[in-house]
Amino acid sequence: MIDYASALSGRVKEIQPSGIRKFFDLLEGMPDAISLSVGEPDFVTPWHIRDAGIYSLEKGFTKYTSNAGLMDLRRELSRYMLRKFDLTYDPARQLLITVGGSEGIDIAIRALVDQGDEVVIPVPSFVCYGPIVSMSGGNPVYIETKVENEFRLTAEEVRSAITPRTKAILLPFPNNPTGAVMERADLEAIADVLRGTNIIVLADEIYAELTYGGKHVSMANIPDMYARTVVISGFSKSHSMTGWRMGYICGPAELIRQMTKIHQYAIMCAPTTSQYAALEAVKDGDKDVEMMRREYDYRRHFLLEELAEAGLSCFEPRGAFYAFPSIRSTGLSSDAFCERFLQEEHVAVVPGTAFGQGGEGFVRISYARSIGDLAEAMNRLKRFLNRL
Amino acid sequence: MEEILKLLEEDGRYTAAQIAAMLGRDEAEVAAQIAEYEEKQIILGYPALIDWDKTGGETVTALIEVKIAPQRGDGFERVAERIYQYDEVESLYLMSGAYDLAVTISGRTLREVAEFVSAHLAPIDGVTGTATHFILKRYKDKHRLFSKLPEQEERMLFV
Repeated sequence: MIDYASALSGRVKEIQPSGIRKFFDLLEGMPDAISLSVGEPDFVTPWHIRDAGIYSLEKGFTKYTSNAGLMDLRRELSRYMLRKFDLTYDPARQLLITVGGSEGIDIAIRALVDQGDEVVIPVPSFVCYGPIVSMSGGNPVYIETKVENEFRLTAEEVRSAITPRTKAILLPFPNNPTGAVMERADLEAIADVLRGTNIIVLADEIYAELTYGGKHVSMANIPDMYARTVVISGFSKSHSMTGWRMGYICGPAELIRQMTKIHQYAIMCAPTTSQYAALEAVKDGDKDVEMMRREYDYRRHFLLEELAEAGLSCFEPRGAFYAFPSIRSTGLSSDAFCERFLQEEHVAVVPGTAFGQGGEGFVRISYARSIGDLAEAMNRLKRFLNRL
Repeated sequence: MEEILKLLEEDGRYTAAQIAAMLGRDEAEVAAQIAEYEEKQIILGYPALIDWDKTGGETVTALIEVKIAPQRGDGFERVAERIYQYDEVESLYLMSGAYDLAVTISGRTLREVAEFVSAHLAPIDGVTGTATHFILKRYKDKHRLFSKLPEQEERMLFV
């Protein structure tokens, strides 16, 4: 008999599986359910991008690419980063193509963290940062962002979280699940805290293309911060390419070189077909991004209006495709709210607690769904709230 | 302003309240704007897009190329008028290129459509020739597909 428990790594066993599984199990038995729970665009990848992937297969481009990814793709990405975000990266030394933003997060954290190092992570946020830090032997240090600050990270919060062991700070903005964005002034205040330290900024900017009413500003745009910032991004949300698993990281050459070593041994290279599709996306996909952004913005306005009508308070999310309303007025916990809403009205939303501390009292609603679905879901919400 | 038109072109059933919510604007203002579009005939109607093939009813649709000799003073207008007033005519466009007018007509049978062409269309003064093309299958109209794309396997994951 093999004792699997002692065979497994202690670090891995300590990682908690997502508590959201039970909702998925409930959902499976409900054919009429409306799921506003998935953080994924509802658009199919634009055809010209799919076609480029298909064409690369027809041409027989089925071999590995270089570890860092197709040079053509890195060149085009470099142009894209300049065109869209005013950031300059050398395609040969400062850009690495990854398997989705997820791999970028993983290798960026692993390249920095030694046993006992601390990584500052604002929460609520996407769930992977803490576990990756822990698996690398580091300690996540969480900062709860506050609704009264529109879920932005403040300089004071950062100052009180950093210690001599702090190696890095995650900046996941525009934020999943809150929809919060950081404006230039917010970033400048945090930059003041970081100047003179050796802390690296890991800017997860996967939603950078999806901002409403103002262009995204990266920490790398702030004076002196470029040299300490690794931008992690990808095509999943901007170009509706989740299944292609196409991401990239950009940053100082010294860091990218080390991260490339992990990538080389763990992954070899990102999938070739996906890279050819991404090349088309980055060359000729700006209009697709704009079309989808406009569509999300319609839905965002619509959802906020409906939430206000339903009597749930919600700060205005200005990025990504989530609203994060407070459900405190109902007297229910986030978990109970979501479970009852799903059981009774067959609408799935995600409890704020799934995104870490500070999420209690909130739920995440994804508006990457059609207006028709959103309208029906909001009718059900009003009915549900009236009954409570 | 054009955003309202684009939204209604996507879905004619959006209410003024829904459009106002989507655009973050005032409902009364949007309703007034829509009324104005209707008044000015910028919005001509809100027909449903129907796949008649799925109803089991037999209909055939033809696209007919019509060549005409332009008439002094009236150009193509007079001939066009004589064509579009038939209820059978679904659409009529003036074209550049190898022919002049493109007419679409629906009927119950091939014969019915062919008879319409020979009895009504071809004899019109100024029409010098017609070519009738029957539509065999509709794939897409008004940005809508007539058959659903296959859906990817349902999956439950947390992102």
